Amino acid sequence: MAGKTLYDKLFDTHIVRQNDDGSALIYIDLQLLHEVTSPQAFEGLRIAGRKPWRIDANLATPDHNVPTTKRDGGVSEILDPISRIQVQTLDDNCDDFGILEFKMNDTRQGIVHVVGPEQGATLPGCTVVCGDSHTATHGAFGALAHGIGTSEVEHVLATQCLITRKMKNMLVKVDGDLGLGVTAKDLVLHVIGILGTAGGTGYAIEFGGSTMSQISMEGRMTICNMAIEAGARVGMVAVDQKTIDYVEGRPFAPKGADWDNAVIAWSDLHSDADAQFDTVVEVNAANIIPQVTWGTSPEMVVAINEKVPNPASETDQIKVDGINRALEYMGLKADQLMTDIQLDRVFIGSCTNSRIEDMRDAAKVAKGRTVSSSVKEAIVVPGSGLVKEQAEAEGLDKIFVEAGFEWREPGCSMCLAMNPDKLAPGEHCASTSNRNFEGRQGNGGRTHLVSPAMAAAAAINGTFIDVREMMEA
Amino acid sequence: MNKFIQHTGIAAPLDRANVDTDMIIPKQFLKSIKRSGFGVNLFDELRYLDEGVADQDCSTRPLNPDFVLNQPRYTQSSVLLARVNFGCGSSREHAPWALEDFGFRTVIAPSFADIFYNNCFKNGILPVILSEEIVEQLFSECIATDGYELCVDLERQVVVTPSGEEFAFEVEAFRKHCLLNGLDDIALTLQSVDDIKAYEVKRKVAAPWLFGAIKSY
Repeated sequence: MAGKTLYDKLFDTHIVRQNDDGSALIYIDLQLLHEVTSPQAFEGLRIAGRKPWRIDANLATPDHNVPTTKRDGGVSEILDPISRIQVQTLDDNCDDFGILEFKMNDTRQGIVHVVGPEQGATLPGCTVVCGDSHTATHGAFGALAHGIGTSEVEHVLATQCLITRKMKNMLVKVDGDLGLGVTAKDLVLHVIGILGTAGGTGYAIEFGGSTMSQISMEGRMTICNMAIEAGARVGMVAVDQKTIDYVEGRPFAPKGADWDNAVIAWSDLHSDADAQFDTVVEVNAANIIPQVTWGTSPEMVVAINEKVPNPASETDQIKVDGINRALEYMGLKADQLMTDIQLDRVFIGSCTNSRIEDMRDAAKVAKGRTVSSSVKEAIVVPGSGLVKEQAEAEGLDKIFVEAGFEWREPGCSMCLAMNPDKLAPGEHCASTSNRNFEGRQGNGGRTHLVSPAMAAAAAINGTFIDVREMMEA
Repeated sequence: MNKFIQHTGIAAPLDRANVDTDMIIPKQFLKSIKRSGFGVNLFDELRYLDEGVADQDCSTRPLNPDFVLNQPRYTQSSVLLARVNFGCGSSREHAPWALEDFGFRTVIAPSFADIFYNNCFKNGILPVILSEEIVEQLFSECIATDGYELCVDLERQVVVTPSGEEFAFEVEAFRKHCLLNGLDDIALTLQSVDDIKAYEVKRKVAAPWLFGAIKSY
């Protein structure tokens, strides 16, 4: 019998009941909750007179709606009344049901996908769900993590289980060394460019190969985070010493004898050498150049030294239509140089790129330089209060502020513009977030996805520039 | 949940690939803490010429006359014809809530994004996958024929055109059963309480650190 993939192992150890039709009831070890996709789930519990199955398998924090500017006044001073109600509703629901929540002005608050790992709530070998498609982030720990809808949030609250069916296995095997100035973000954008926005639909993707073992936990989270942009609900990386070192000592991580036993158990969280994947995609990391998206889907991505695509070189009519529509929306011309695109705003943050390493990467480029006068606003939004504290302890906030960036309070911010941070129609933004869909960062806004280093470089240069030109070899 | 057994209604052709859930219902409308009322903001940025804000009266907003659902022949449609990878992006269940609230009971496309596909079944909407060739044929017939109606029969798993042509589709047995009977997933799962408890007993032995760790500190 062939060996098992990491996904097979994770799935199989969580089966509560396998049904004849291929569906299965699987057990969920951790649910993360935020204010946008949980209110209707809590309401559903109340209407049905149900209680959460296990309080201690849930962790909540408000992130999508919270302002990133001064917010000492607390929830009652959130200006947008509808956002305020949503954040207040999360607070009330967590209080009522006894669920642990890091509230808006708690230092431990932040983006759910930053907070879970940071607190050691996300652990290798566990199943994680959240009403957010970027939940795949937690797969970086050798966990099985899915984004789910609100009905499923309610289902997990009430039963601690999820009805699902096994996905197919895909291995994205990355070998070779990433060059100087080329990051995990560039790698995952490059992979999405290869797979396409639906290439991973129906698959659980494991990112493996020699490059993955060199990449930090922060980088692995960035990569797994964007699995959904290739259509895959799940992204994963095998457990290794980097995983163990990251988890050790975090507040909710196992301690003492539990820790020793956990480390032994986690040592099996990798695909067996003879495991069979349904699809294998091989990528040479050494060939990757810093990436920038030009269009309105994450698959519309090119290297910084390339040009905006020309629809004349496509034969598939759906693709031609898509390119034409994207060019019009983005206000770009076919064959235009990417380095000619003028930026109005720059956003460094989001569940993809707001961890300490991202802050360091951007600060390294910003240090001693100044944001271009043609850029209206460049904001840096750390992923959690603890990332913010750490960055400030390292003096990164000062580097950003001296260079002309704004240093903000933690939250999802301009990634989806549910709070006041948004683009005006027609504005181009260099953004370290994960989606460049039409209107995503504000009605009519034009998003270009890049790494933190590339975003900082664009802020300083005013147009996109290959960040490697600004780095010492 | 609403049952879905068979539905016949006017089809509307949304001729665009990779329609994402941000497009189906933009973020500013996700602030509601209710499940209803999203229909007026379905496809908001395509449908209206101004920028929509939450909780506004949409009846006086300027409509985009080019958008398919604003054309008089499609305003009463309840069957959405769509292209590949419909519903990609965010997991927001507000997307099927908005489609349902507008009046759509079924979406027919060559492929769907996973989370959206799953969310539809939780809300009494049937997502139907047919080949690109068949969907192309339905688009052509729909555009060529005023009042073009499709019948989607879940029991028989077929889409029937006005000329009586039938196209079979696949659907998982469990999902079909739930939709046909309007069953609440949670009540069904709670019939397996003993299985869940038995699993937990084993899990506590294998990974005791996953129990009781998340608490106030």
